[in-house]
Amino acid sequence: MSRKSKLLGRPSFYLSPALWPLIISVALFIVLPIIYIVNLSFLQRGATWGVTDVHTLEAYRKLADPTYFAIFANSLRIATLTTLACLVLGYPFAYTTASLPPGRRQLVLLLLLAPFWLNSLIRLNGWILFLRYDGVLNNLLLKLGVIREPLRLLHNQGAILLGMVYGLISFMILAIYNSVEKLDRSLLEAARDLGASPLRAFLTVTLPLTLPGIIAGSILVFVPSIGLFFISDLLGGGKDMLLGNLIATQLLSARNWPFGAVLSVVMLLITVLLIRLYRVFSGGKSIGEML
Amino acid sequence: MRSNLGRLLRQSTPITSSRWLRLSSRFYVALLLLLTYLPVIIVVAYSFNEGRYGVWRGFTTQWYTRLLTNRSIRANLMNSLKVAFASCGIAIVIGTAGAVGMTRSHFWGKDLLENLAIAPLMLPEIILGMAYLTLFTAMKVTFGMGTLIIAHSTFCIPYIYLNVQSRLAGMDPNLVEAARDLGASPGRAFRDITLPLITPSIFSGAILAFAMSMDDVVISFFVKGVTSDTLPIRIYSLSKVGITPEVYALCALMLVVIIMAIALFYTIRKITQRRTFHA
Repeated sequence: MSRKSKLLGRPSFYLSPALWPLIISVALFIVLPIIYIVNLSFLQRGATWGVTDVHTLEAYRKLADPTYFAIFANSLRIATLTTLACLVLGYPFAYTTASLPPGRRQLVLLLLLAPFWLNSLIRLNGWILFLRYDGVLNNLLLKLGVIREPLRLLHNQGAILLGMVYGLISFMILAIYNSVEKLDRSLLEAARDLGASPLRAFLTVTLPLTLPGIIAGSILVFVPSIGLFFISDLLGGGKDMLLGNLIATQLLSARNWPFGAVLSVVMLLITVLLIRLYRVFSGGKSIGEML
Repeated sequence: MRSNLGRLLRQSTPITSSRWLRLSSRFYVALLLLLTYLPVIIVVAYSFNEGRYGVWRGFTTQWYTRLLTNRSIRANLMNSLKVAFASCGIAIVIGTAGAVGMTRSHFWGKDLLENLAIAPLMLPEIILGMAYLTLFTAMKVTFGMGTLIIAHSTFCIPYIYLNVQSRLAGMDPNLVEAARDLGASPGRAFRDITLPLITPSIFSGAILAFAMSMDDVVISFFVKGVTSDTLPIRIYSLSKVGITPEVYALCALMLVVIIMAIALFYTIRKITQRRTFHA
Protein backbone atom coordinates (compact mmCIF):
# COMPACT_ATOMS: atom_id res chain seq x y z
CA MET A 1 0.00 0.00 0.00
CA SER A 2 2.64 2.49 1.04
CA ARG A 3 4.93 1.46 -1.79
CA LYS A 4 2.16 2.02 -4.25
CA SER A 5 1.30 5.41 -2.84
CA LYS A 6 4.92 6.44 -3.25
CA LEU A 7 4.88 5.22 -6.84
CA LEU A 8 1.77 7.20 -7.61
CA GLY A 9 3.17 10.19 -5.81
CA ARG A 10 0.29 10.32 -3.33
CA PRO A 11 0.99 12.15 -0.07
CA SER A 12 2.23 9.93 2.77
CA PHE A 13 -0.67 11.17 4.87
CA TYR A 14 -4.12 9.80 4.24
CA LEU A 15 -6.88 9.51 6.78
CA SER A 16 -9.83 7.42 5.64
CA PRO A 17 -13.18 8.92 6.68
CA ALA A 18 -14.19 5.44 7.91
CA LEU A 19 -11.70 5.91 10.73
CA TRP A 20 -13.43 8.92 12.28
CA PRO A 21 -15.96 7.06 14.45
CA LEU A 22 -13.11 5.02 15.96
CA ILE A 23 -10.94 8.11 16.51
CA ILE A 24 -13.79 9.94 18.21
CA SER A 25 -14.75 7.03 20.45
CA VAL A 26 -11.11 6.42 21.41
CA ALA A 27 -10.64 10.11 22.19
CA LEU A 28 -13.83 10.42 24.24
CA PHE A 29 -14.01 7.09 26.02
CA ILE A 30 -10.40 5.94 26.36
CA VAL A 31 -8.02 8.90 26.17
CA LEU A 32 -10.17 11.44 28.01
CA PRO A 33 -11.01 9.12 30.95
CA ILE A 34 -7.34 8.14 31.35
CA ILE A 35 -6.20 11.78 31.28
CA TYR A 36 -8.94 12.53 33.76
CA ILE A 37 -7.78 9.96 36.32
CA VAL A 38 -4.14 10.96 35.94
CA ASN A 39 -5.16 14.53 36.70
CA LEU A 40 -7.43 13.35 39.50
CA SER A 41 -4.56 11.55 41.17
CA PHE A 42 -2.81 14.91 41.73
CA LEU A 43 -5.83 16.65 43.23
CA GLN A 44 -6.68 17.17 46.86
CA ARG A 45 -9.52 15.27 48.38
CA GLY A 46 -12.59 17.34 49.17
CA ALA A 47 -13.66 17.69 52.82
CA THR A 48 -16.60 15.32 52.55
CA TRP A 49 -16.97 14.33 48.92
CA GLY A 50 -15.28 14.75 45.56
CA VAL A 51 -12.16 16.82 45.05
CA THR A 52 -10.92 20.40 45.29
CA ASP A 53 -8.90 22.23 42.66
CA VAL A 54 -5.66 22.19 44.64
CA HIS A 55 -2.87 20.13 43.12
CA THR A 56 -0.90 18.05 45.57
CA LEU A 57 1.11 14.86 45.89
CA GLU A 58 -0.80 13.95 49.05
CA ALA A 59 -2.50 10.92 47.49
CA TYR A 60 0.81 9.56 46.20
CA ARG A 61 2.36 9.86 49.66
CA LYS A 62 -0.31 7.51 50.93
CA LEU A 63 1.25 4.73 48.88
CA ALA A 64 4.11 4.56 51.36
CA ASP A 65 1.66 3.89 54.21
CA PRO A 66 2.47 0.37 55.51
CA THR A 67 -1.20 -0.75 55.42
CA TYR A 68 -1.58 0.09 51.78
CA PHE A 69 1.87 -1.14 50.96
CA ALA A 70 0.92 -4.52 52.45
CA ILE A 71 -2.21 -4.67 50.27
CA PHE A 72 -0.09 -3.85 47.28
CA ALA A 73 2.42 -6.56 48.06
CA ASN A 74 -0.35 -9.08 48.77
CA SER A 75 -2.05 -8.28 45.45
CA LEU A 76 1.14 -8.69 43.49
CA ARG A 77 1.88 -11.93 45.35
CA ILE A 78 -1.52 -13.43 44.52
CA ALA A 79 -1.23 -12.23 40.92
CA THR A 80 2.21 -13.84 40.64
CA LEU A 81 1.03 -17.11 42.18
CA THR A 82 -2.01 -17.13 39.88
CA THR A 83 0.22 -16.61 36.85
CA LEU A 84 2.64 -19.37 37.90
CA ALA A 85 -0.18 -21.81 38.62
CA CYS A 86 -1.81 -21.04 35.25
CA LEU A 87 1.52 -21.58 33.53
CA VAL A 88 2.32 -24.88 35.24
CA LEU A 89 -1.20 -26.25 34.77
CA GLY A 90 -1.81 -24.69 31.38
CA TYR A 91 1.40 -25.52 29.54
CA PRO A 92 0.98 -29.33 29.45
CA PHE A 93 -2.67 -28.84 28.53
CA ALA A 94 -1.87 -26.49 25.65
CA TYR A 95 1.03 -28.64 24.46
CA THR A 96 -0.96 -31.88 24.47
CA THR A 97 -3.93 -30.22 22.79
CA ALA A 98 -1.75 -28.79 20.03
CA SER A 99 -0.36 -32.29 19.37
CA LEU A 100 -3.80 -33.83 18.88
CA PRO A 101 -5.24 -34.45 15.40
CA PRO A 102 -6.90 -31.24 14.08
CA GLY A 103 -10.51 -32.35 14.61
CA ARG A 104 -9.87 -33.33 18.22
CA ARG A 105 -7.94 -30.09 18.77
CA GLN A 106 -10.97 -28.02 17.80
CA LEU A 107 -13.16 -30.09 20.07
CA VAL A 108 -10.89 -29.70 23.11
CA LEU A 109 -10.64 -25.93 22.60
CA LEU A 110 -14.39 -25.71 22.17
CA LEU A 111 -14.95 -27.69 25.36
CA LEU A 112 -12.43 -25.51 27.20
CA LEU A 113 -14.02 -22.24 26.13
CA ALA A 114 -17.71 -23.21 26.22
CA PRO A 115 -18.15 -22.69 30.00
CA PHE A 116 -16.97 -19.12 29.58
CA TRP A 117 -20.25 -18.35 27.93
CA LEU A 118 -21.94 -19.10 31.18
CA ASN A 119 -21.83 -16.29 33.68
CA SER A 120 -18.50 -16.29 35.54
CA LEU A 121 -20.15 -15.40 38.86
CA ILE A 122 -22.41 -18.40 38.56
CA ARG A 123 -19.43 -20.64 37.98
CA LEU A 124 -17.81 -19.11 41.06
CA ASN A 125 -20.97 -19.93 42.96
CA GLY A 126 -20.64 -23.49 41.71
CA TRP A 127 -17.22 -23.62 43.39
CA ILE A 128 -18.71 -22.14 46.55
CA LEU A 129 -21.38 -24.86 46.58
CA PHE A 130 -18.64 -27.42 46.11
CA LEU A 131 -16.27 -26.11 48.76
CA ARG A 132 -18.50 -24.66 51.46
CA TYR A 133 -18.66 -26.03 55.00
CA ASP A 134 -21.83 -28.01 54.26
CA GLY A 135 -20.98 -28.33 50.59
CA VAL A 136 -20.57 -31.18 48.13
CA LEU A 137 -16.93 -32.00 48.80
CA ASN A 138 -17.21 -32.02 52.58
CA ASN A 139 -20.32 -34.20 52.44
CA LEU A 140 -18.60 -36.59 50.09
CA LEU A 141 -15.49 -36.85 52.25
CA LEU A 142 -17.60 -37.33 55.41
CA LYS A 143 -19.58 -40.12 53.78
CA LEU A 144 -16.43 -41.81 52.58
CA GLY A 145 -15.02 -41.55 56.08
CA VAL A 146 -11.94 -39.65 54.97
CA ILE A 147 -12.63 -36.85 57.46
CA ARG A 148 -14.66 -36.64 60.65
CA GLU A 149 -15.16 -32.90 60.75
CA PRO A 150 -16.02 -30.76 57.70
CA LEU A 151 -13.02 -28.81 56.41
CA ARG A 152 -13.00 -25.06 56.10
CA LEU A 153 -12.07 -24.73 52.46
CA LEU A 154 -13.46 -21.30 51.68
CA HIS A 155 -12.47 -17.82 52.81
CA ASN A 156 -8.75 -18.28 52.51
CA GLN A 157 -6.07 -17.37 49.99
CA GLY A 158 -6.11 -20.88 48.51
CA ALA A 159 -9.75 -20.39 47.54
CA ILE A 160 -8.96 -16.99 45.99
CA LEU A 161 -6.15 -18.59 44.04
CA LEU A 162 -8.47 -21.36 42.82
CA GLY A 163 -11.02 -18.80 41.63
CA MET A 164 -8.40 -16.69 39.86
CA VAL A 165 -6.77 -19.68 38.14
CA TYR A 166 -10.15 -21.04 37.15
CA GLY A 167 -11.22 -17.74 35.66
CA LEU A 168 -8.00 -16.90 33.84
CA ILE A 169 -6.26 -20.15 32.82
CA SER A 170 -7.91 -20.22 29.39
CA PHE A 171 -6.00 -17.06 28.38
CA MET A 172 -2.74 -18.79 29.25
CA ILE A 173 -3.75 -21.98 27.43
CA LEU A 174 -4.81 -20.10 24.29
CA ALA A 175 -1.61 -18.05 24.14
CA ILE A 176 0.64 -21.09 24.62
CA TYR A 177 -1.48 -23.19 22.27
CA ASN A 178 -1.01 -20.61 19.52
CA SER A 179 2.76 -20.67 19.86
CA VAL A 180 2.97 -24.49 20.12
CA GLU A 181 0.81 -24.81 17.02
CA LYS A 182 3.26 -22.64 15.07
CA LEU A 183 6.19 -24.70 16.35
CA ASP A 184 8.11 -26.52 13.62
CA ARG A 185 8.02 -30.08 14.88
CA SER A 186 10.83 -31.19 12.59
CA LEU A 187 13.19 -29.13 14.76
CA LEU A 188 12.19 -31.27 17.70
CA GLU A 189 12.71 -34.46 15.73
CA ALA A 190 16.08 -33.22 14.56
CA ALA A 191 17.11 -32.64 18.16
CA ARG A 192 15.94 -36.12 19.11
CA ASP A 193 17.69 -37.70 16.15
CA LEU A 194 20.88 -35.97 17.11
CA GLY A 195 20.66 -37.75 20.42
CA ALA A 196 19.04 -35.22 22.73
CA SER A 197 16.95 -36.70 25.52
CA PRO A 198 13.25 -35.71 25.45
CA LEU A 199 13.86 -33.41 28.40
CA ARG A 200 16.86 -31.79 26.76
CA ALA A 201 14.99 -31.38 23.47
CA PHE A 202 12.14 -29.75 25.37
CA LEU A 203 14.40 -27.39 27.29
CA THR A 204 16.58 -26.35 24.35
CA VAL A 205 14.05 -26.37 21.49
CA THR A 206 10.42 -26.32 22.56
CA LEU A 207 10.67 -24.01 25.55
CA PRO A 208 12.63 -21.18 23.86
CA LEU A 209 10.40 -21.35 20.78
CA THR A 210 7.20 -21.17 22.80
CA LEU A 211 8.52 -18.43 25.08
CA PRO A 212 6.53 -15.66 23.33
CA GLY A 213 3.36 -17.62 24.08
CA ILE A 214 4.40 -18.11 27.68
CA ILE A 215 5.11 -14.41 28.15
CA ALA A 216 1.93 -13.30 26.38
CA GLY A 217 -0.12 -15.77 28.42
CA SER A 218 1.52 -14.62 31.65
CA ILE A 219 0.69 -11.00 30.94
CA LEU A 220 -2.86 -11.88 29.93
CA VAL A 221 -3.29 -13.63 33.29
CA PHE A 222 -1.27 -11.32 35.51
CA VAL A 223 -2.84 -8.04 34.43
CA PRO A 224 -6.51 -8.88 35.02
CA SER A 225 -5.73 -10.79 38.20
CA ILE A 226 -4.70 -7.52 39.91
CA GLY A 227 -8.11 -6.02 39.29
CA LEU A 228 -10.64 -8.84 39.76
CA PHE A 229 -12.08 -7.69 43.04
CA PHE A 230 -15.14 -9.90 43.04
CA ILE A 231 -13.20 -13.17 43.25
CA SER A 232 -11.48 -12.27 46.51
CA ASP A 233 -14.77 -10.82 47.67
CA LEU A 234 -16.70 -14.04 47.16
CA LEU A 235 -14.17 -16.84 47.63
CA GLY A 236 -11.91 -15.06 50.10
CA GLY A 237 -14.84 -13.80 52.13
CA GLY A 238 -13.61 -10.23 51.77
CA LYS A 239 -10.84 -10.83 54.27
CA ASP A 240 -8.08 -10.36 51.74
CA MET A 241 -7.93 -6.85 50.41
CA LEU A 242 -6.48 -6.80 46.93
CA LEU A 243 -5.63 -3.77 44.82
CA GLY A 244 -8.95 -4.10 43.01
CA ASN A 245 -10.90 -4.20 46.27
CA LEU A 246 -8.94 -1.21 47.56
CA ILE A 247 -9.80 0.87 44.49
CA ALA A 248 -13.46 -0.08 44.78
CA THR A 249 -13.58 0.89 48.49
CA GLN A 250 -11.69 4.13 47.93
CA LEU A 251 -14.26 5.12 45.32
CA LEU A 252 -17.46 3.86 46.81
CA SER A 253 -17.12 3.81 50.58
CA ALA A 254 -14.08 5.82 51.60
CA ARG A 255 -14.90 8.41 48.95
CA ASN A 256 -11.23 9.15 48.47
CA TRP A 257 -11.14 9.66 44.73
CA PRO A 258 -7.57 10.93 44.41
CA PHE A 259 -6.19 7.88 46.18
CA GLY A 260 -8.35 5.56 44.06
CA ALA A 261 -6.95 7.38 41.02
CA VAL A 262 -3.38 6.96 42.29
CA LEU A 263 -3.91 3.21 42.60
CA SER A 264 -5.34 3.08 39.08
CA VAL A 265 -2.43 5.07 37.70
CA VAL A 266 0.03 2.68 39.35
CA MET A 267 -1.87 -0.29 37.90
CA LEU A 268 -1.88 1.40 34.50
CA LEU A 269 1.89 1.92 34.66
CA ILE A 270 2.50 -1.74 35.60
CA THR A 271 0.34 -2.85 32.65
CA VAL A 272 1.97 -0.55 30.12
CA LEU A 273 5.40 -1.62 31.33
CA LEU A 274 4.53 -5.32 30.92
CA ILE A 275 3.13 -4.76 27.43
CA ARG A 276 6.25 -2.84 26.39
CA LEU A 277 8.34 -5.66 27.80
CA TYR A 278 6.44 -8.17 25.70
CA ARG A 279 7.05 -6.08 22.57
CA VAL A 280 10.78 -6.13 23.26
CA PHE A 281 10.78 -9.89 23.86
CA SER A 282 8.70 -10.82 20.83
CA GLY A 283 10.35 -8.48 18.38
CA GLY A 284 7.64 -5.87 18.02
CA LYS A 285 4.50 -8.01 18.07
CA SER A 286 1.49 -6.84 19.98
CA ILE A 287 -0.24 -8.99 22.53
CA GLY A 288 -3.53 -8.73 20.70
CA GLU A 289 -2.10 -11.03 18.05
CA MET A 290 -1.85 -13.82 20.59
CA LEU A 291 -5.57 -13.97 21.22
CA MET B 1 17.40 -38.90 5.56
CA ARG B 2 18.39 -39.57 9.08
CA SER B 3 15.30 -37.91 10.41
CA ASN B 4 13.10 -40.07 8.21
CA LEU B 5 14.87 -43.17 9.38
CA GLY B 6 14.43 -42.08 12.98
CA ARG B 7 10.74 -41.52 12.43
CA LEU B 8 10.36 -44.95 10.89
CA LEU B 9 12.20 -46.60 13.72
CA ARG B 10 10.11 -44.84 16.29
CA GLN B 11 6.90 -45.74 14.52
CA SER B 12 7.73 -49.43 14.28
CA THR B 13 8.93 -49.79 17.85
CA PRO B 14 7.02 -47.40 20.04
CA ILE B 15 8.99 -46.60 23.15
CA THR B 16 6.89 -47.53 26.14
CA SER B 17 7.81 -44.45 28.14
CA SER B 18 6.69 -42.06 25.41
CA ARG B 19 3.45 -44.00 25.01
CA TRP B 20 2.87 -43.74 28.72
CA LEU B 21 3.62 -40.02 28.53
CA ARG B 22 1.14 -39.56 25.73
CA LEU B 23 -1.60 -41.45 27.54
CA SER B 24 -1.05 -39.62 30.80
CA SER B 25 -0.95 -36.22 29.11
CA ARG B 26 -4.26 -36.96 27.40
CA PHE B 27 -5.69 -38.10 30.67
CA TYR B 28 -4.52 -34.80 32.16
CA VAL B 29 -6.32 -32.82 29.45
CA ALA B 30 -9.51 -34.76 30.12
CA LEU B 31 -9.16 -34.22 33.87
CA LEU B 32 -8.68 -30.47 33.53
CA LEU B 33 -11.67 -30.24 31.22
CA LEU B 34 -13.72 -32.16 33.76
CA LEU B 35 -12.68 -29.73 36.50
CA THR B 36 -13.72 -26.86 34.23
CA TYR B 37 -17.20 -28.33 34.14
CA LEU B 38 -17.41 -29.26 37.81
CA PRO B 39 -18.95 -25.97 39.03
CA VAL B 40 -21.31 -25.90 36.04
CA ILE B 41 -22.55 -29.40 36.79
CA ILE B 42 -23.02 -28.52 40.46
CA VAL B 43 -25.01 -25.39 39.63
CA VAL B 44 -27.31 -27.33 37.31
CA ALA B 45 -27.75 -30.05 39.95
CA TYR B 46 -28.59 -27.50 42.64
CA SER B 47 -31.20 -25.86 40.43
CA PHE B 48 -33.22 -29.04 41.13
CA ASN B 49 -32.49 -29.04 44.87
CA GLU B 50 -35.40 -28.79 47.28
CA GLY B 51 -33.33 -26.93 49.89
CA ARG B 52 -32.10 -23.39 49.48
CA TYR B 53 -28.49 -23.85 50.45
CA GLY B 54 -25.73 -26.41 50.77
CA VAL B 55 -27.34 -29.70 51.68
CA TRP B 56 -29.24 -31.81 49.16
CA ARG B 57 -32.88 -32.18 50.24
CA GLY B 58 -34.52 -33.80 47.28
CA PHE B 59 -35.59 -33.19 43.72
CA THR B 60 -37.85 -30.31 42.74
CA THR B 61 -38.65 -28.14 39.76
CA GLN B 62 -40.13 -25.39 41.91
CA TRP B 63 -37.23 -22.97 41.19
CA TYR B 64 -38.04 -23.12 37.50
CA THR B 65 -41.70 -22.30 38.06
CA ARG B 66 -40.74 -19.57 40.52
CA LEU B 67 -38.37 -18.13 37.99
CA LEU B 68 -41.28 -17.63 35.61
CA THR B 69 -42.99 -15.37 38.11
CA ASN B 70 -39.86 -13.58 39.30
CA ARG B 71 -40.12 -10.23 37.57
CA SER B 72 -37.01 -8.64 38.98
CA ILE B 73 -34.58 -11.31 37.82
CA ARG B 74 -36.25 -11.24 34.43
CA ALA B 75 -35.75 -7.47 34.37
CA ASN B 76 -32.05 -7.95 35.13
CA LEU B 77 -31.76 -10.43 32.28
CA MET B 78 -33.55 -8.00 29.96
CA ASN B 79 -31.17 -5.21 30.98
CA SER B 80 -28.20 -7.41 30.21
CA LEU B 81 -29.60 -8.39 26.83
CA LYS B 82 -30.43 -4.78 25.91
CA VAL B 83 -26.96 -3.57 26.87
CA ALA B 84 -25.27 -6.46 25.06
CA PHE B 85 -27.26 -6.01 21.84
CA ALA B 86 -26.88 -2.22 21.80
CA SER B 87 -23.15 -2.28 22.55
CA CYS B 88 -22.48 -5.02 20.02
CA GLY B 89 -24.40 -3.07 17.38
CA ILE B 90 -22.40 0.10 18.07
CA ALA B 91 -19.15 -1.88 18.23
CA ILE B 92 -19.85 -3.61 14.91
CA VAL B 93 -20.23 -0.25 13.16
CA ILE B 94 -17.28 1.52 14.80
CA GLY B 95 -14.98 -1.52 14.91
CA THR B 96 -15.57 -2.60 11.31
CA ALA B 97 -15.34 0.93 9.91
CA GLY B 98 -12.22 1.44 12.02
CA ALA B 99 -10.52 -1.72 10.76
CA VAL B 100 -11.37 -0.93 7.13
CA GLY B 101 -10.32 2.70 7.55
CA MET B 102 -7.10 1.68 9.27
CA THR B 103 -5.90 -0.51 6.39
CA ARG B 104 -6.54 2.32 3.95
CA SER B 105 -4.98 5.12 5.95
CA HIS B 106 -1.41 5.99 6.64
CA PHE B 107 -0.48 8.68 9.08
CA TRP B 108 1.81 9.32 11.96
CA GLY B 109 0.45 7.75 15.16
CA LYS B 110 -1.41 4.92 13.45
CA ASP B 111 0.11 2.35 15.81
CA LEU B 112 -0.74 4.53 18.78
CA LEU B 113 -4.37 4.79 17.69
CA GLU B 114 -4.56 1.02 17.26
CA ASN B 115 -3.03 0.38 20.68
CA LEU B 116 -5.45 2.80 22.29
CA ALA B 117 -8.39 1.23 20.48
CA ILE B 118 -7.56 -2.24 21.80
CA ALA B 119 -6.47 -0.92 25.23
CA PRO B 120 -9.70 -2.09 26.94
CA LEU B 121 -8.56 -5.68 26.29
CA MET B 122 -5.16 -5.06 27.83
CA LEU B 123 -5.94 -2.86 30.81
CA PRO B 124 -7.45 -4.22 34.00
CA GLU B 125 -11.14 -3.44 33.67
CA ILE B 126 -11.20 -1.65 36.98
CA ILE B 127 -9.13 1.24 35.57
CA LEU B 128 -11.71 2.18 32.94
CA GLY B 129 -14.48 1.40 35.42
CA MET B 130 -13.20 3.89 37.96
CA ALA B 131 -12.35 6.43 35.26
CA TYR B 132 -15.92 6.30 33.94
CA LEU B 133 -17.40 6.56 37.43
CA THR B 134 -15.40 9.66 38.34
CA LEU B 135 -15.57 11.32 34.90
CA PHE B 136 -19.31 10.76 34.42
CA THR B 137 -19.98 12.00 37.93
CA ALA B 138 -17.92 15.13 37.30
CA MET B 139 -19.81 15.68 34.03
CA LYS B 140 -23.10 15.17 35.90
CA VAL B 141 -24.17 12.35 33.56
CA THR B 142 -27.00 10.25 34.95
CA PHE B 143 -25.92 6.65 35.46
CA GLY B 144 -28.12 4.05 33.85
CA MET B 145 -28.56 2.14 30.61
CA GLY B 146 -26.83 4.92 28.66
CA THR B 147 -23.62 4.81 30.66
CA LEU B 148 -23.68 1.00 30.62
CA ILE B 149 -23.98 0.97 26.83
CA ILE B 150 -21.15 3.52 26.41
CA ALA B 151 -18.83 1.52 28.67
CA HIS B 152 -19.71 -1.84 27.13
CA SER B 153 -19.32 -0.50 23.58
CA THR B 154 -15.81 0.63 24.45
CA PHE B 155 -14.68 -2.87 25.42
CA CYS B 156 -16.69 -4.57 22.63
CA ILE B 157 -15.01 -2.55 19.86
CA PRO B 158 -11.58 -4.28 20.19
CA TYR B 159 -13.06 -7.74 19.62
CA ILE B 160 -14.67 -6.68 16.33
CA TYR B 161 -11.73 -4.52 15.33
CA LEU B 162 -9.07 -7.22 15.86
CA ASN B 163 -11.09 -9.91 14.10
CA VAL B 164 -11.90 -7.80 11.05
CA GLN B 165 -8.43 -6.31 10.90
CA SER B 166 -6.69 -9.69 10.81
CA ARG B 167 -9.08 -10.85 8.09
CA LEU B 168 -8.36 -7.72 6.04
CA ALA B 169 -4.62 -8.21 6.52
CA GLY B 170 -4.91 -11.69 5.03
CA MET B 171 -7.10 -10.54 2.15
CA ASP B 172 -5.83 -10.27 -1.41
CA PRO B 173 -5.85 -6.50 -2.18
CA ASN B 174 -6.03 -7.32 -5.89
CA LEU B 175 -9.67 -8.38 -5.47
CA VAL B 176 -10.79 -4.84 -4.67
CA GLU B 177 -8.42 -3.38 -7.27
CA ALA B 178 -9.90 -5.70 -9.91
CA ALA B 179 -13.44 -4.63 -9.03
CA ARG B 180 -12.39 -0.97 -9.21
CA ASP B 181 -10.67 -1.55 -12.57
CA LEU B 182 -13.84 -3.13 -13.88
CA GLY B 183 -15.64 0.08 -13.06
CA ALA B 184 -17.12 -0.52 -9.62
CA SER B 185 -17.41 2.55 -7.39
CA PRO B 186 -15.51 2.39 -4.07
CA GLY B 187 -18.83 1.82 -2.31
CA ARG B 188 -19.81 -0.98 -4.67
CA ALA B 189 -16.38 -2.61 -4.38
CA PHE B 190 -16.74 -2.53 -0.59
CA ARG B 191 -20.27 -3.92 -0.66
CA ASP B 192 -19.62 -6.65 -3.21
CA ILE B 193 -16.05 -7.68 -2.39
CA THR B 194 -14.84 -6.59 1.04
CA LEU B 195 -18.04 -6.93 3.05
CA PRO B 196 -18.83 -10.55 2.11
CA LEU B 197 -15.25 -11.50 2.92
CA ILE B 198 -15.19 -9.87 6.35
CA THR B 199 -18.72 -10.79 7.42
CA PRO B 200 -17.68 -14.06 9.13
CA SER B 201 -15.03 -12.11 11.09
CA ILE B 202 -17.54 -9.48 12.13
CA PHE B 203 -19.84 -12.27 13.23
CA SER B 204 -17.25 -14.16 15.28
CA GLY B 205 -15.98 -10.94 16.84
CA ALA B 206 -19.53 -9.94 17.72
CA ILE B 207 -20.22 -13.29 19.36
CA LEU B 208 -17.19 -12.87 21.61
CA ALA B 209 -18.09 -9.26 22.37
CA PHE B 210 -21.65 -10.27 23.21
CA ALA B 211 -20.43 -12.94 25.62
CA MET B 212 -18.06 -10.47 27.29
CA SER B 213 -20.83 -7.90 27.65
CA MET B 214 -23.27 -10.45 29.12
CA ASP B 215 -20.63 -11.50 31.65
CA ASP B 216 -19.13 -8.17 32.67
CA VAL B 217 -19.10 -7.41 36.37
CA VAL B 218 -16.28 -4.98 37.02
CA ILE B 219 -17.05 -2.14 34.58
CA SER B 220 -20.82 -2.49 35.01
CA PHE B 221 -20.35 -2.29 38.77
CA PHE B 222 -19.01 1.26 38.40
CA VAL B 223 -21.28 2.64 35.68
CA LYS B 224 -24.67 1.11 36.48
CA GLY B 225 -27.52 3.30 37.64
CA VAL B 226 -29.80 2.72 40.59
CA THR B 227 -32.39 0.77 38.65
CA SER B 228 -30.30 -0.67 35.84
CA ASP B 229 -28.73 -3.72 37.45
CA THR B 230 -27.55 -6.21 34.86
CA LEU B 231 -27.78 -9.93 35.51
CA PRO B 232 -24.12 -10.35 36.57
CA ILE B 233 -24.43 -7.38 38.94
CA ARG B 234 -27.57 -8.88 40.45
CA ILE B 235 -25.86 -12.23 40.88
CA TYR B 236 -22.90 -10.46 42.47
CA SER B 237 -25.03 -8.75 45.07
CA LEU B 238 -27.04 -11.94 45.64
CA SER B 239 -23.83 -13.95 46.09
CA LYS B 240 -22.95 -11.90 49.12
CA VAL B 241 -26.18 -12.59 50.98
CA GLY B 242 -26.91 -16.04 49.60
CA ILE B 243 -28.08 -16.85 46.14
CA THR B 244 -31.59 -18.14 45.53
CA PRO B 245 -31.81 -21.35 43.48
CA GLU B 246 -33.96 -19.45 40.96
CA VAL B 247 -30.71 -17.97 39.71
CA TYR B 248 -29.28 -21.47 39.28
CA ALA B 249 -32.40 -22.40 37.34
CA LEU B 250 -31.97 -19.35 35.12
CA CYS B 251 -28.35 -20.30 34.50
CA ALA B 252 -29.27 -23.88 33.66
CA LEU B 253 -31.69 -22.52 31.08
CA MET B 254 -29.03 -20.16 29.75
CA LEU B 255 -26.69 -23.13 29.46
CA VAL B 256 -29.19 -24.89 27.22
CA VAL B 257 -29.40 -21.76 25.03
CA ILE B 258 -25.60 -21.51 24.94
CA ILE B 259 -25.18 -25.15 23.91
CA MET B 260 -27.74 -24.67 21.15
CA ALA B 261 -26.05 -21.44 20.02
CA ILE B 262 -22.64 -23.11 19.87
CA ALA B 263 -24.04 -26.06 17.93
CA LEU B 264 -25.70 -23.65 15.51
CA PHE B 265 -22.53 -21.60 15.19
CA TYR B 266 -20.46 -24.65 14.32
CA THR B 267 -23.00 -25.99 11.88
CA ILE B 268 -23.06 -22.63 10.08
CA ARG B 269 -19.28 -22.53 10.05
CA LYS B 270 -19.05 -26.05 8.67
CA ILE B 271 -21.50 -25.22 5.91
CA THR B 272 -19.73 -21.99 4.95
CA GLN B 273 -16.35 -23.71 5.06
CA ARG B 274 -17.57 -26.44 2.74
CA ARG B 275 -18.90 -23.76 0.42
CA THR B 276 -15.63 -21.87 0.25
CA PHE B 277 -13.82 -25.14 -0.40
CA HIS B 278 -15.97 -25.88 -3.41
CA ALA B 279 -15.86 -22.35 -4.75
